[in-house]
Amino acid sequence: MRPGLAIALLVALAAPSLPVSAQTALPPAPYANRQLDDPAQEAKANALMHTIRCLTCQSQSIADSDASMAADMRSEIRERIARGEEPEHIRAWLIERYGDWISYKPTAEPILWPLWAAPLLLLGAGGGLVFGRMKTRGSRKA
Amino acid sequence: MSKRSLILWIPLLGYLVFLAIASLGLNREQQTVIQSRMIGKPVPGIDLPQGSSDNPALSTKQMADGKPRLLNIFASWCVPCAAEAPQLTQLAQRGVRIDGVAIRDARGDVDAFLARHGNPFQRIGLDARSTLQFYLGSSGVPETFVVDGKGVIRYQHIGAIGPQDIETILQNLKEAQS
Repeated sequence: MRPGLAIALLVALAAPSLPVSAQTALPPAPYANRQLDDPAQEAKANALMHTIRCLTCQSQSIADSDASMAADMRSEIRERIARGEEPEHIRAWLIERYGDWISYKPTAEPILWPLWAAPLLLLGAGGGLVFGRMKTRGSRKA
Repeated sequence: MSKRSLILWIPLLGYLVFLAIASLGLNREQQTVIQSRMIGKPVPGIDLPQGSSDNPALSTKQMADGKPRLLNIFASWCVPCAAEAPQLTQLAQRGVRIDGVAIRDARGDVDAFLARHGNPFQRIGLDARSTLQFYLGSSGVPETFVVDGKGVIRYQHIGAIGPQDIETILQNLKEAQS
């Protein structure tokens, strides 16, 4: 009895674990995992999809995510691009519904001004440092 | 130590501060609830096909009929949706009109779900590709919107409706009446 129990336990442990909850039984939307025929349009759609945040797996872009909702959104974006809609227009449409949160691309909102100013400030500080150094070196030589 | 050599430590200090902030940020729980920005705006008008055999199809173009209602986003594959079913039934028994949107679903599956968990819905639309969900600014299943008599979204409940949420939902429906 003992060895039989041990074997049963081993089999149970080795069995592949079933997914906790399948997200859907439907096949994915038509353009979820299929590229657009026009390479230029696909490039546009792809660039946009990499900067749209997945709603259910929040640290990924919809281009990187396997979530069903991300798949539906990819299809939605590709179909809109195929109809001639501009990527930034689609981004604006999504932001209107989900807020800035959905886009990885920084906006010009006041809260992000320090972000835009940082390179200038750092460049200024570095320049000042170099200028100061050269000045002291010059005075030493003299 | 001279003032000059103290200044030399500033970059290292800055780096440590950055490191502290970054490591705190990495350990923080990242999942945030994304509230729809459509609250206060009319429900986008979309025609959805019939989602179940016993309920008529749902067109969100006919939301402005003078009385508030709930628009419930659900799916037969969604576990929390089964958990909120008794609360929806209770709301329906108290006279609340509920329209359902079945996300990424199939009619047969919806029928089986309703047979098992009850059918508190008036109309059910099938949103096979999350289209209406995107239009609504909804980011998951289940979600419930309170829509007033003019077809304007007044409130969004994210996640399953628990027994403790019923009063809040009723309160928001009441406010939507005015």
